[in-house]
Amino acid sequence: METYAEVGKEGKPSCASVDLQGDSSLQVEISDAVSERDKVKFTVQTKSCLPHFAQTEFSVVRQHEEFIWLHDAYVENEEYAGLIIPPAPPRPDFEASREKLQKLGEGDSSVTREEFAKMKQELEAEYLAIFKKTVAMHEVFLQRLAAHPTLRRDHNFFVFLEYGQDLSVRGKNRKELLGGFLRNIVKSADEALITGMSGLKEVDDFFEHERTFLLEYHTRIRDACLRADRVMRAHKCLADDYIPISAALSSLGTQEVNQLRTSFLKLAELFERLRKLEGRVASDEDLKLSDMLRYYMRDSQAAKDLLYRRLRALADYENANKALDKARTRNREVRPAESHQQLCCQRFERLSDSAKQELMDFKSRRVSSFRKNLIELAELELKHAKASTLILRNTLVALKGEP
Amino acid sequence: MAAEREPPPLGDGKPTDFEDLEDGEDLFTSTVSTLESSPSSPEPASLPAEDISANSNGPKPTEVVLDDDREDLFAEATEEVSLDSPEREPILSSEPSPAVTPVTPTTLIAPRIESKSMSAPVIFDRSREEIEEEANGDIFDIEIGVSDPEKVGDGMNAYMAYRVTTKTSLSMFSKSEFSVKRRFSDFLGLHSKLASKYLHVGYIVPPAPEKSIVGMTKVKVGKEDSSSTEFVEKRRAALERYLQRTVKHPTLLQDPDLRQFLESSELPRAVNTQALSGAGILRMVNKAADAVNKMTIKMNESDAWFEEKQQQFENLDQQLRELHVSVEALVCHRKELSANTAAFAKSAAMLGNSEDHTALSRALSQLAEVEEKIDQLHQEQAFADFYMFSELLSDYIRLIAAVKGVFDHRMKCWQKWEDAQITLLKKREAEAKMMVANKPDKIQQAKNEIREWEAKVQQGERDFEQISKTIRKEVGRFEKERVKDFKTVIIKYLESLVQTQQQLIKYWEAFLPEAKAIA
Repeated sequence: METYAEVGKEGKPSCASVDLQGDSSLQVEISDAVSERDKVKFTVQTKSCLPHFAQTEFSVVRQHEEFIWLHDAYVENEEYAGLIIPPAPPRPDFEASREKLQKLGEGDSSVTREEFAKMKQELEAEYLAIFKKTVAMHEVFLQRLAAHPTLRRDHNFFVFLEYGQDLSVRGKNRKELLGGFLRNIVKSADEALITGMSGLKEVDDFFEHERTFLLEYHTRIRDACLRADRVMRAHKCLADDYIPISAALSSLGTQEVNQLRTSFLKLAELFERLRKLEGRVASDEDLKLSDMLRYYMRDSQAAKDLLYRRLRALADYENANKALDKARTRNREVRPAESHQQLCCQRFERLSDSAKQELMDFKSRRVSSFRKNLIELAELELKHAKASTLILRNTLVALKGEP
Repeated sequence: MAAEREPPPLGDGKPTDFEDLEDGEDLFTSTVSTLESSPSSPEPASLPAEDISANSNGPKPTEVVLDDDREDLFAEATEEVSLDSPEREPILSSEPSPAVTPVTPTTLIAPRIESKSMSAPVIFDRSREEIEEEANGDIFDIEIGVSDPEKVGDGMNAYMAYRVTTKTSLSMFSKSEFSVKRRFSDFLGLHSKLASKYLHVGYIVPPAPEKSIVGMTKVKVGKEDSSSTEFVEKRRAALERYLQRTVKHPTLLQDPDLRQFLESSELPRAVNTQALSGAGILRMVNKAADAVNKMTIKMNESDAWFEEKQQQFENLDQQLRELHVSVEALVCHRKELSANTAAFAKSAAMLGNSEDHTALSRALSQLAEVEEKIDQLHQEQAFADFYMFSELLSDYIRLIAAVKGVFDHRMKCWQKWEDAQITLLKKREAEAKMMVANKPDKIQQAKNEIREWEAKVQQGERDFEQISKTIRKEVGRFEKERVKDFKTVIIKYLESLVQTQQQLIKYWEAFLPEAKAIA
């Protein structure tokens, strides 16, 4: 497992989706990870000079469920209602990869030993890639928290980082999962209701624009992400096709007694090398394009959630206004109504202010991340195309040069 | 060429077959008599297959004998077969051999031809020379193109007509460039004729493209979608390759049916090529019978070369099939990749439209454009994958089936010879019995029958030797062609891959500054 350098430094292969500018008073990284059966154990290492912590350097072992617990704790905390909560890392999913390895093991006797070895190699590489990705996703989550001036001071976060024992957070059971699912439905229904509410006007152009923008953007980036995934998979398929072709050419070559012998053998070699290059193209597209799109799909969802919370606060404020008016007309319980209205107003304004900042940060984060990844994608594509051209040309020269 | 050589005096210690050359008429029959005297023991093992085509310098008395009996095999093609004999080769070979008089044969053959009043004109022979010489130098100056598929007629009676254009400088054709319209069944008819004439004497006749009821029905019904255009294009390319291979064969090129196919504006319809016609069903039945027979013939292979070659072709067939399956998968997946890339390009464009940061929005639109171009690229590469690589393999899989067929014909020929020997034995036994029983008239009959069967045995042996010799030559030519073919196509295919990569470089290099411009 690679050890990553400090937070905020660029050049990390998979953290590249997020550009973090933190100060070095709290550095978090996942220094190690172990895959056991169906769970992954992450070693979270913290380096900090903050007075709160007992030591300056320490690490704990955490599992995926504990990350989710932390995320939910943030989401449910009213104090952070005005912030974009970094999206939770996706669950480590080795199912597909494991299934494929198993199928390979069960064996297709028509496959030669060499082919089998190559396919196994491919699948193992795939497994390793998925593993690295899941580590990166979990790490980015923590690092964004550590970089955020408000979020990094959360008590639960400190517990997560420091508490040596197991947090005893079990995975959500079915009831809780269902509960979460229902909450989402309620939320969207609520949102629809709020926006339909008469008298609720968005006074701020900025937020009006942001809302329209985010709704459309989220849908489209999700679409783009799905399709990028398909491109990547098709590329991988193509690379895998080269395996039996290379093997067949190899056996053709060994059988031939004439000049075609060397031609076929060289061609077999060529396809083997092309396979590796195609595989790299596929995995680079995955990292630089698919993963980036996926991350911003989640992040834009988190931004949408923020807007929803603000809208909710606005609705509450509106309702409080109405209640106050009513109270004043009736001249009953004016005081409590007044204070309630004031609270709502303050909350709404607080949320609006922090939301504005958060959304602007979101934009700049997004732009710089896209820029970085698109540049890297183009550079890698060029590198691979040039390498392919080179080996193709060399083979052509060798083939043409023969009698 | 012929005219440049100084004709050395005849009878210059040259073996017997030229003694009778003055006797135009009896050229071949006289040689028969001289050659019959020598025992026939083929020495095929001593001849490496590759050498046969060009360099036999003297007639080998043990080899092919030209018999009038051969006329019963097939009328027209008798010319071709007899001209193929080794006696002819030294005459026509481009190697300087002092005893050989290039000039003489032409004048001699001409009267022979005229006496037979065959349709094959005199120019036939001179071009044979040309072709033999060119074959040695590997240049065939004839180019065939199949183009302009046109739908003729309507509904279920509709068909596709293709333009067959020939460009040549060979003198056996009346013009140097000409074209005719042919339909698919015409090609099948041509193949059928050539196969019936040449396959069973050991020539590897290139197979015609396969029929496809589904494909043709779509075209007939008038579906103008991409799958039917693809089907027509695939067929057109296959027909072109079929004709090119056929004309490359020096013997087949001489065939008048082929010439008629290429040249004459009207061609009698070949109805027996329909799958469900009477002839079609007969073909199927015969094929089945053949398969059964093949299993029951146990041949004493005296020649290791044949066994070796058969095994080689068997292996080659299997491996080509395996490779073909994998290449087909490649074509399929590349098409998928192309489709997915196109879909992604669209969604990238949409994303670019929503993006409110101007520079990023522009970069995303550029990305969408790049991906669209790449999709085009993948499509073109898939075509190359298919038309160059995949079709080459499927052509050769079918060609090898033809090669295997020719080996099978040899086995059948051997069987016929073997059967004749067995019958001769029986007749001799019968004669002996008659001798004992002393029945004079029956004895005479037995003696007649013995003579008849002795001749048949000899004929059988000659046929077997002839077909063995032809096959060796053919296999040599086939292998040479195969090497050339594969090398050419492989190089072309690799060049297409290079082309794709270079385009990719161009596109990404254009995109990079756009990405860097995001501020």
